[in-house]
Amino acid sequence: MKLTEEEKAMLAGEMGAAKQWALDHQVKVGGMFDAADLVPVSQAHMMADPESLGEAGGDFLEDMVAKGARVAIPMITDPRGVDLNHYRPLGQSEEMATLERRMIAACEKMGILMTNTCVNYQTIMPPVLGDHVAFGDTGVVIYSNSICGARSNFEGGPSALAAGLTGRTPRYGLHLDENRQATRRFVVRDQPKELTDWGVLGALVGKLAGSYWAVPVIEGLEVVPTSDEAKHMGAAMASFGSTPLFHMAGITPEAQTLADVGGDKLPAEEITKADLDALRAGFGGKGDKIDVVVFAAPQLSIVEMQALAALCAGKTFKSAVIVCTSPQVYPDATRMGLIDTIEDAGAKVLEGTCFYNQYAREIGEANGWTRLLSNSAKIVNIISGYGYTPALASMEKCVASAVAGEIV
Amino acid sequence: MTKELKCHKGIGDKVQGIALVADDNFSARYDLDRKKGVFSRPAHKLCGESYHDKILVLNTSKGGVASAWMLHEMKSRNICPKAILFNTANTILAQGAALANLTMCDRFTDGDVTTLIKTGDEVIVDPENGVVTVLNG
Repeated sequence: MKLTEEEKAMLAGEMGAAKQWALDHQVKVGGMFDAADLVPVSQAHMMADPESLGEAGGDFLEDMVAKGARVAIPMITDPRGVDLNHYRPLGQSEEMATLERRMIAACEKMGILMTNTCVNYQTIMPPVLGDHVAFGDTGVVIYSNSICGARSNFEGGPSALAAGLTGRTPRYGLHLDENRQATRRFVVRDQPKELTDWGVLGALVGKLAGSYWAVPVIEGLEVVPTSDEAKHMGAAMASFGSTPLFHMAGITPEAQTLADVGGDKLPAEEITKADLDALRAGFGGKGDKIDVVVFAAPQLSIVEMQALAALCAGKTFKSAVIVCTSPQVYPDATRMGLIDTIEDAGAKVLEGTCFYNQYAREIGEANGWTRLLSNSAKIVNIISGYGYTPALASMEKCVASAVAGEIV
Repeated sequence: MTKELKCHKGIGDKVQGIALVADDNFSARYDLDRKKGVFSRPAHKLCGESYHDKILVLNTSKGGVASAWMLHEMKSRNICPKAILFNTANTILAQGAALANLTMCDRFTDGDVTTLIKTGDEVIVDPENGVVTVLNG
């Protein structure tokens, strides 16, 4: 890999042990993906929840602090694993909270902004067309690449941290023009109507594309998705397919026409109502009992919070209901009375976490939750590995089901 | 009779072990009970199987960024595969392998690695040179 004089100095340890680790990490990863050099990035975003990191990751972050680590560019964080204002009632232990506190302290010492959100493209600083960034969270990356036209690979926590410390990332994958051209072309024959429909469409496209290195282009859409709809679509696609980028012909910035991304040269594959129904059929059905209803993955925007509050007003839930939103949206939602409305129905709104990365197995066992209902196509894909049986329905049906204690 | 398989340059040290193979994909978050060291996602073809000390051979890596930290955490407790071989890795798993110093290779020139290697085969993985040797191949 070709390194500048400054990068060579970092690798030699002349700029401290933390930057040396970071550059060495980038050379190893860049080597596996044949990166020619490093590219400067404007922001980094790191997933670093205690369940994923464990004690070993906590020790690692503290060791970085001891080595003098300090971020060189604006660096923000993905949702945390423990809402420190509400963890005992969830069945999370003091040990989990202690590990969480250690990680927050270490990140703060490195100069990382603890934004704790997976919707930073809605609430913090959306990247712009052509902007090279190093983002963690697959939902953040796919949205930033596809909707904003920014350039990021999936950067796992260690690599996002390395990028934060050096201000660069290896130039491979989606930093290169040639990897942003479409490789599969899908024609949608059934128009999505609400959030979950967009999620299911994303899930199916992801499942069909099936690889990090596949780039779907979608045509046939008669409506432009809202930011929340594109968020659910992208998050589900990234989850089902490990897909980091998609185009929508005439909608997303790099595909003003199908030909812009080479889609005109690809065979068209149709996505019909039957295909979408088949995917949904794997996730629950009317009359199934439910233990917990989850609105999360991604965290809810203020617009989703308003829609949810309107549905919750005056209701009383039989099932447990957990809502996850960002620390940026939460105070607005509090001020506007939305949190009270949602919680008066019996739900709990968590701030700065997401359901699946907050020790989902342990909180499920502590609360006796196994049957989970959500409007997020992403979470129903993830959660079965944590011992849950997931079901999928629209936000409206999820709320009605929480009242009934079974899927309506 | 030994069989040599060529792949892309990988990450980590040269290791030897017994293969656990499936035509399926991999995410440390979605698919594993990392405390017990077994595949736990019911829909996974290796559900119930222990991955501890195995050379895992799978199609591709799936899902979220958490797997990068998780490989490091699994390695710290020594309940971890010895190596992971993919037809195609995604960036996350490669990054996690780099942090954990876990051996990982992908992009095999002779075809689908999940058919070239069988469960129970003894294999040597040499990531620096991009060679996987199947000893009983």
